[in-house]
Amino acid sequence: MTAWRLAALAIALLMLLPLGVAVGALATPTGDIWAHLTEHVLPAVVRNTAGLSVCVAIASAVLGGTAAWLTAMVDFPGRRFFAWALLLPLALPGYVIAFALAGVFDYSGAVANLWQSLFGVRMPRLGAGTASAVCLSLTLYPYVYLLVRQAFVTQGQRCLEVAQSLGMDRLTGFRRVALPMARPWFATGVALVVMETLADFGTVKVFNFDTFTTAIYGAWFGLFSLPAALQLSALLLLFVALAVAGEQFWRSKARYVSRDAAARPRYLVVSRTQALLACTFCVLLFAVAFVVPVLQLVLWAIEMASSEITLRYWSFVRASVSLGVMAAVFVTLLGLLLGYSERRAPGIATTWSVRIATLGYAMPGTVLAVGFFVAVSATGDWLGVTLTGTILVMLLAYAARFLAVGYGPLGTGLQRITPNIDDAARGLGVSGLSLLRRVHWPMLRTGVATAALLVFVDVMKELPITLLTRPFGWDTLAVRIFQLTTEGEWQRAAIPALAIVAAGLLPVLWLHRHSDRH
Amino acid sequence: MTHCFRLLTLSIIGFSLAACGDDATTSTPAEPETAVAETPQPLVVYSSRAEQLIAPLFDAFTADTGIDVQYVTDSAQPLIERLKAEGTSTPASVLLTVDAGVLWFAEQQGVLQPANSPVLDARVPDAYRDPQGHWYGLSLRARTIVYDNRELAADELTGYVDLADEKWRGRLCLRTSKKVYNQSLVAMMIAEYGEARAEEVVRGWVANLAEPVFANDTKLVEAIEDGRCDVGIVNSYYFGRLQRERELPVSIFWQPETLGGVHVNVSGAGITANAPSRDAAQRLLEWFAGDRGQQLFASLNLEFPVVASVPVDPIVAAWGEMSPSDRTLVDAGRLQADAVKLMDRAGYR
Repeated sequence: MTAWRLAALAIALLMLLPLGVAVGALATPTGDIWAHLTEHVLPAVVRNTAGLSVCVAIASAVLGGTAAWLTAMVDFPGRRFFAWALLLPLALPGYVIAFALAGVFDYSGAVANLWQSLFGVRMPRLGAGTASAVCLSLTLYPYVYLLVRQAFVTQGQRCLEVAQSLGMDRLTGFRRVALPMARPWFATGVALVVMETLADFGTVKVFNFDTFTTAIYGAWFGLFSLPAALQLSALLLLFVALAVAGEQFWRSKARYVSRDAAARPRYLVVSRTQALLACTFCVLLFAVAFVVPVLQLVLWAIEMASSEITLRYWSFVRASVSLGVMAAVFVTLLGLLLGYSERRAPGIATTWSVRIATLGYAMPGTVLAVGFFVAVSATGDWLGVTLTGTILVMLLAYAARFLAVGYGPLGTGLQRITPNIDDAARGLGVSGLSLLRRVHWPMLRTGVATAALLVFVDVMKELPITLLTRPFGWDTLAVRIFQLTTEGEWQRAAIPALAIVAAGLLPVLWLHRHSDRH
Repeated sequence: MTHCFRLLTLSIIGFSLAACGDDATTSTPAEPETAVAETPQPLVVYSSRAEQLIAPLFDAFTADTGIDVQYVTDSAQPLIERLKAEGTSTPASVLLTVDAGVLWFAEQQGVLQPANSPVLDARVPDAYRDPQGHWYGLSLRARTIVYDNRELAADELTGYVDLADEKWRGRLCLRTSKKVYNQSLVAMMIAEYGEARAEEVVRGWVANLAEPVFANDTKLVEAIEDGRCDVGIVNSYYFGRLQRERELPVSIFWQPETLGGVHVNVSGAGITANAPSRDAAQRLLEWFAGDRGQQLFASLNLEFPVVASVPVDPIVAAWGEMSPSDRTLVDAGRLQADAVKLMDRAGYR
């Protein structure tokens, strides 16, 4: 029992390192910076950040939830295609989608030109806040989609049939049975979306929208005060910790049923108009979130291909994929360890270990990277060894950042394996490793695959940690995007961006085949 | 169970790919293990100047001197924190960045040491280097006025301060104040005119804006091309890059020397405080300041050499004679935080 608790604490320590650096900064005086920030900067950015988070959370929940319901439960033309296609935006880095969409919809872009030739007037332009919210929702809805679809697919039709036999119509059945049952998956998905929104810098920078993150970078890069930046980060994380506690409280009130293993997928038969509507929704979502930005990228890529594509791309791809795979395996294992600790040694210590361990996802990447680097260097000095510049440290830093992603899908899965199931299995003489293999694994594997996929694509897109901790020669596709975009060469950056999409495609397809076998 | 194996296989693939990656990089000149064994240690550079702008220079340097160069690219501030954290065990001997403010900050943080190089002191003008030689500017990046040549003639323009005048109401476009280029522009204005006057100017700019501030210079030039504003402030190389692509109805304006000349920032470098290869680092900096280094350094990104006698790229030459401001760029760093606060107060987002 204590071993489990120690394991959870050890994992939380990963995140405690950068967090400690941030909290330690609270003691550093920062002169009149706070007075300046409170008067001229914070009021606007707090309002902007809150508004953006709420909008993105709602939009992602609606888009992801609707798409999940349609592809999991409703029979309409194209359902099988959209089931996996709607996951694809996951592979697009948010800052790239933002730039591609800005290219299409901006004044000088294709849509604006078309609008002008059709209507003779300039197309109205979205405000910075709306544009940021739209882009973030389009890149982040797949988190909700992936998780909630898993819930709908596995909860089976039977509950809905029961609801209908009790006289509920379809809508009421959806509202009163299917939705509440999918609540923990919604909560996990939306929590990931909100954390990612809070940490986002790339997208809001493209639209020049001021958020808490831009204030953090402003304090550091503009006012030359890393302590002030760390203090702001610590404040942000305090809010996140409260939100996470809230989410867990909300989730703890729900009860879950086990998967209806015998149920074969059966889909709701709907009228032709309804099927058409369902199809239209998916087509539109897929077009705006994936086809349009990718087409824009392809157009740019063709223009730039001759000067940009060299043999070095093989090493970029190799570095991206190896890091992605290694991190996916490592972080998922840590996530499992964390999940089982929570299960085997419940209690305040474990709960808080989990909360702290998963905070890193909401911390602006560069701040976390520097905090981690500083802490690891100090530890290395203390031990008398050089730790930095190794792949191991890189993986540990990825873990600090992405444990929320590695743990979230598993945590919900583990909650469904109730103690009763374990007892029943033991009663049948199945215990120990055999219990894990024969009872837990079949119920967990979708969650494991989901976690691994999310970590893989996130690491492929990740920049600040990769930049700061990579050993020589480990330039990834994302690093290449950084090299090109720092000097404003967005068109050329389309090529590494498309390579990330291509590399992210395979695991998406694999996961789809894997999870739809139910 | 098969899935277990699949996961295992995936991880094995991952690790073997990683191993392949190692094998592959040993053949390139940039690899520590092999280098330590027989050849002298390669010179390690931390750079926030983009790879495509420095890699050709390092290749030429290696060809000239036989010294191998290894580099890590990242944003400047994380690199400075990295140098601080690594302390005496840092592999880096040179810090290369694209902004004088950052170089000043690096010096303040104690991560640079004086180069003590008469060659550099002679080649790089006083205004573009640290007085003690902690850092040296290696190329000039001019931040200047561009205008719609269908609407305006060059003689209607005077300089940066004039853009705060009421006659430009609804005609001016600016980039976000979060970009360091604008922060050093305003810092240099504080140095020249004092804080109160500078704030007045910035407030005037904000009042004259035709559109919300832009996220980058390219979008700004496109807005002028599109006729949405008449005049704006950009780094000249962004304009040059667009000009290389297509004919633009936009021209460049240099503020005359009588009004203080054109605002410039530098790309520059310094030797790190704990440089393991100090001599090689100094040779690299001196090579950068030489004629060949200067020409390559500037022309790769359509910038200006710091050594005035070195010729500029033909595209840049076509913009006419530019007299850079000769006020010391130490001010850009010293006053940057004040500039940021000033812009926050003035509502320049």
